[in-house]
Amino acid sequence: MGNILTLTTFLPVLGAVILALGLRGDDAAAQRNAKWVALVTTIVTFICSLFILTNFDPTNTDFQMVETADWIMGLQYKMGVDGISILFVMLTTFLMPLVIASCWNVTTRVKEYMIAFLILETLMLGVFLALDLVLFYLFFEAGLIPMFLIIGIWGGKDRIYASFKFFLYTFLGSVLMLVAMVAMFSQAGTTDIPTLMGFAFGTEDFSILGVQIVGGMQTLLWLAFFASFAVKMPMWPVHTWLPDAHVQAPTAGSVVLAAILLKMGGYGFLRFSLPMFPVGSEVMAPLVLWLSAIAIVYTSLVALVQADMKKLIAYSSVAHMGFVTMGIFTFNQQGLDGAIFQMISHGFISGALFLCVGVIYDRMHTREIDAYGGLVNRMPAYALIFLFFTMANVGLPGTSGFVGEFLTLVGVFQVNTWVALVATSGVIFSAGYALWLYRRVVLGDLIKESLRSITDMTRRERLIFAPLVVMTLLLGVYPALVLDMIGPSVAALIDNYDAALAAFDAASQVAANEGS
Amino acid sequence: MIGADIQILMPEVVLSVYAMVALLGAVYTTKDGAASLLTWMTAGLFVLVAIAIGVNGQGTHIAFGGMFVDDGFARFAKITILISAAAVLLISEGYMLRRGLLRFEYPVLITLAVVGMMVMVSAGDLMALYMGLELQSLAMYVIASLRRDSAKSTEAGLKYFVLGALSSGLLLYGASLTYGFAGTTLFTGIIAAAEGGASLGLLFGMAFLIAGFAFKVSAAPFHMWTPDVYEGAPTPITAFMATAPKVAAIALFARVVHDAFGGIIGDWQQIVAFLALVSMFLGAIAAIGQGNIKRLMAYSSISHMGFALMGLAAGTVGGVQAMLVYMVIYVTMNIGTFALILSMEKDGRPVTDIAALKSHAKRQPLMALVMLVMMFSLAGVPPMLGFFGKYAVLLAAYEGGLAWLAVSGVIASVISAFYYLRIVYYMYFGEDTQALDGRVPPMLWVTAVVTAGIVGLAWIPGVNLFGLDPIAAAAAATLVN
Repeated sequence: MGNILTLTTFLPVLGAVILALGLRGDDAAAQRNAKWVALVTTIVTFICSLFILTNFDPTNTDFQMVETADWIMGLQYKMGVDGISILFVMLTTFLMPLVIASCWNVTTRVKEYMIAFLILETLMLGVFLALDLVLFYLFFEAGLIPMFLIIGIWGGKDRIYASFKFFLYTFLGSVLMLVAMVAMFSQAGTTDIPTLMGFAFGTEDFSILGVQIVGGMQTLLWLAFFASFAVKMPMWPVHTWLPDAHVQAPTAGSVVLAAILLKMGGYGFLRFSLPMFPVGSEVMAPLVLWLSAIAIVYTSLVALVQADMKKLIAYSSVAHMGFVTMGIFTFNQQGLDGAIFQMISHGFISGALFLCVGVIYDRMHTREIDAYGGLVNRMPAYALIFLFFTMANVGLPGTSGFVGEFLTLVGVFQVNTWVALVATSGVIFSAGYALWLYRRVVLGDLIKESLRSITDMTRRERLIFAPLVVMTLLLGVYPALVLDMIGPSVAALIDNYDAALAAFDAASQVAANEGS
Repeated sequence: MIGADIQILMPEVVLSVYAMVALLGAVYTTKDGAASLLTWMTAGLFVLVAIAIGVNGQGTHIAFGGMFVDDGFARFAKITILISAAAVLLISEGYMLRRGLLRFEYPVLITLAVVGMMVMVSAGDLMALYMGLELQSLAMYVIASLRRDSAKSTEAGLKYFVLGALSSGLLLYGASLTYGFAGTTLFTGIIAAAEGGASLGLLFGMAFLIAGFAFKVSAAPFHMWTPDVYEGAPTPITAFMATAPKVAAIALFARVVHDAFGGIIGDWQQIVAFLALVSMFLGAIAAIGQGNIKRLMAYSSISHMGFALMGLAAGTVGGVQAMLVYMVIYVTMNIGTFALILSMEKDGRPVTDIAALKSHAKRQPLMALVMLVMMFSLAGVPPMLGFFGKYAVLLAAYEGGLAWLAVSGVIASVISAFYYLRIVYYMYFGEDTQALDGRVPPMLWVTAVVTAGIVGLAWIPGVNLFGLDPIAAAAAATLVN
């Protein structure tokens, strides 16, 4: 099992190759075969990832199961997992079979659709496992290609606009990160992520075109990475690609986008920004905290007035990601734990919410909130599940949504009470838009003629939701499952961060004394 | 003594003699009947010569008192030129035959152009440089207007000729100024004359030389001929112009600025950086409005030359290495892309309208996939090779102290991603217009699939770009010292 990480990562591609080469025709049987191959591949990948989980030692804060191989241009192929990345890997492998199962009704270009998702899974796993800067960038950027195609080929009416916006927005953010990576390689002489975490990048202030850069090189590098991760997150005000992409993407694409792709931004902050540029992070933390607070309130308010269900949930995602960025930039155990927890839990909840929209979209082919109403009369099971995830989205205690929001708020309260105050109001807004959405779609009398014959969820649909319900409840009542896993790594991250800052403070103290 | 010199020049001699013999043979015997055979033979000879250069080439040899240099850098460029010319011949044979354009002069002229390019990259003297350049250019002028009865093709040839003559004039003027102020045309003499700072006259000479080179590599603001000539020339000729001559011109560029002006890097660095910046942005922005895929590829090549020049602008060994890596990747991508463009036909007539690609993926899924790989690679999206080329030049530029150029470059690459994406969008999301026949000739099919395989997969650990990187490093090290 020496190369379990590589095996897990590239298993989906293997499935995609089998699909591409081995499957001919486009009749119903071929389509069903394609779906089965994809489903089996993702399930096997999940089982492989369980081996990673069982072999993983949470008390060891180093990278584990590390694999290295020579690569080109002074780079190396290096994979490894630690307490921060393990759960994102599990989230990805756990959700992918559900995503595949959710597109059982797709009938256009099924084979290509499955191939796109399988390749996407490899690239997402690669992002979380890569331990080389450029390898990370490779996976991070390559993920745009299948997602661009998924939105563009299988998307809704305005899919072309949405796919181009998605691609170009994220591409622009990422290329700046590439320049920063080049700069880091040039300075540190390596692209090895564990080495870079211990490398102290320059912190002397300097000025560019008359602008004083506090924190010097670190701040610039931090900003370049921020450009990429903030777009990916997405943070206000660079979130505008997300609602478009979500609305136009097919259901499965939305689920992957919300549940996993958005987490790459948060993961990037934890993997790069905090450990590698502690001074830059410290300098820019107030900005991030306030941007997050604005995001929570502003996008919650925007969500209130949406007429399209997917758009509403997309805006709610932006708000919930605001909690994540806020938690990360508190630099304390509660905040960071909360941020990771929130990302994992949001993966389950937002994925489930998009699936909920998908269930009724499959039946009625509209996402307009006004087109629905009184669904509870015909779809009791659906009403129950939708209610459960609405409550989880609101952050009801007992669901995983509560734990993440609570921890991040506890974290931020210790750092900046005003931000905490503003952000907490977002919790109320989220109850507002989520409950109102539920009221308009599910409750009331069934007066729409077109809804008279709507059918409740099929067994396949219930099966898809079951694991999500279980996970949301389980993490809600027993959050230690996640926190024990990430705790030691997060504590180590904070220790290193504090040590780096202390060293910087001491150095600047000495410099100030010498200066006076 | 002369025998030893000839020995060093052997590849060029072999190709020249072959060109003469083939020309005479074809004139006296079968004329165009043997053109197909001649094309295949020429391609085979190119590959053989490339292998011979690769296997036999050792160390640095100087012939004719320094006028001709055979070093690792020249060999690297020559092999790239020969292989890409052979690939272009292979993909063009069927196309030219179907259009009735396959005359026996075509492979002969290509051979002469290639000899010119090989002399260019080996030049150690301004005279040798000019001879190689003109041999290459004159052969190219003729093949650009190979389709004699087409107004567009003759226009392209004429435009190419007039503007090429202008650039040659600039270059000659620069050469004469350089000679006047340095007292020699040998690069080794010029670099000695520029020791410890060049005189104003020498700087003027250098600037004019660089302007001439910029014409040849079609770097903005000397790019005006490129779109028209690319569009007017028959597509295989366009494919040729986009590959081998670009490699030769940029290698010559690197040779002159490092061998002749290596002592005053600061003086030419700003000029090259400016050329790179303007080319990247002009290529990226001007291509957005293009509806003809050949014009689009012209602007795309301008943008890519900007990136290659970014590597050169770094003024370091790493910069030249990055430039070489970039050019090899660029040539591979272009050969694959042009193989697909050559296959675009409707009822036996070539189609170059981008909109004709709409829904290509439904009829030709594999070819569309190949095109997708090429487009994302040209846009610089990982994991395609185009990304590694960009990464190499960005790293070189940053280490050369040109961080601003690197940042500008990546922004330009986002702009240019738009039009590459547009092609993908047409192929995959566009409504079906039945504008293309679904047939792809086998030679084009093979070339497209092979190049796409290289471009899409050669980064995999274990393949490691087929060791391109260390070879380019060794080649660059012989140039810069």
